[in-house]
Amino acid sequence: MNWDWQVFCKDTIDGEIVPRCFGGAGDVTYLDWLLSAWGWTLSVSLLALLVALAFGAIMGILRTTPNRGLVFLGNAWTELFRNIPLLVQIFLWYHVVPSLIPPLRGVPSFILVVLGLGLFTSARISEQVKAGIQSLPRGQRMAGLAMGFTLPQTYRYVLLPMAFRIVIPPLTSEAMNIVKNSAVAFAVSISELTLFALQAQEETARGIEVYLAVTGLYFISAFVLNRVFHFVESRVRVPGMIGGGH
Amino acid sequence: MLTLDFAFLTPQVVSSYVLKGFAFSLQLTLVAMLGGIALGTVLALMRLSSKPWLALPAAGYVNTMRSIPLVMVILWFFLLIPLIIGRPLGAEMSAVITFTLFEAAYYSEIMRAGIQSIPKGQVAAGYALGMRYGQTMRLIVLPQAFRNMLPVLLTQTIILFQDTSLVYAIGAYDLLKGFEVAGKNFNRPVETYLVAAVLYFVICFSLSMLVRKLQQRIAIVR
Repeated sequence: MNWDWQVFCKDTIDGEIVPRCFGGAGDVTYLDWLLSAWGWTLSVSLLALLVALAFGAIMGILRTTPNRGLVFLGNAWTELFRNIPLLVQIFLWYHVVPSLIPPLRGVPSFILVVLGLGLFTSARISEQVKAGIQSLPRGQRMAGLAMGFTLPQTYRYVLLPMAFRIVIPPLTSEAMNIVKNSAVAFAVSISELTLFALQAQEETARGIEVYLAVTGLYFISAFVLNRVFHFVESRVRVPGMIGGGH
Repeated sequence: MLTLDFAFLTPQVVSSYVLKGFAFSLQLTLVAMLGGIALGTVLALMRLSSKPWLALPAAGYVNTMRSIPLVMVILWFFLLIPLIIGRPLGAEMSAVITFTLFEAAYYSEIMRAGIQSIPKGQVAAGYALGMRYGQTMRLIVLPQAFRNMLPVLLTQTIILFQDTSLVYAIGAYDLLKGFEVAGKNFNRPVETYLVAAVLYFVICFSLSMLVRKLQQRIAIVR
């Protein structure tokens, strides 16, 4: 087969090859479109990651408290968001939630996808956070309470500083998963990489070049996130502690 | 505020729209599970081999599959399979091939962990008894690895069942598609998506409860 990488220099409307590949002055090339799609993928992923970390941490913590009601809430949350396929959850946020809750009707689909992807991932993060807290020796909690700390203080000063360090490696892979899972946003017309791949493939008939570029960008995004998490992991490492340096 | 009305979902509507898709989702899950575990076991054995010409391609395959979004893998195969075999292939058949090859990468990581969990002394004992590599694996290592990893393999299968909904990208007619078409035809998308979500939840939740039970039983016997 013949490669035709010039496809990215083509104008998206008239298909003319634009010199220097970038549009400008109203013209949009496939390269411009690809980069903007990458931007959407990154925005969806990073915002969803924030939502997932916040809710996942809270729910994971609740599941380790002595209060039965809170444990039930955390468990129910996790099972609910874990046992429905992500694509179905995205459709629920996009089609069902705005019709059942009228105030949400004007919310842009970008926000809905961020919520959908974020809450889906929060269930998985809550599992990791719970496991991280439970992996600490039980004596630590008892020691905290015996010192006169309240339960929130025990979590804040004794359990969580260690637990969060322990869960960084599994969170790294969840962060990379979020980038991959953000691909489902194409189903509700977010102009991200997968939607670009589908549409540009159809318009240009250069599927292999388009898919290679898109796959490469997913790869790079996940890899960069991986490096960032490793950087954080090494920065917060406590010497002499579990997995710590010397 | 919209009022929900599920009356249109008569048994007849369900059987004409949803059942066909449900059957395909189950079929896809089963074939991809069996094929994926078989291929995944081979990949795991390759990766654990001391011969680099076996280990490197297997590692490359597994890592590539695991670092690409499943939706893109589905699109890639849908684009490439017709180019390779020289004729168009239906979305359903393409999905079956894709999921088998894709899940093999994930199952192989599980099998690799399972094989590595068997003490090295057992392999040495097998060799000492005069068994060949194939016999040691087939009679000693793999049965135990399967047994230890059974809950994880089944959990991965539940994830696989959820992921089959992504064939949406190439328009294959699966469970979700069945509900979607019914919702469009009766102009009741809210209700059909809700029912679809509840159905997926009931299936996946009860299966994961069963896996948890199984895990406890296995743990006690061992």
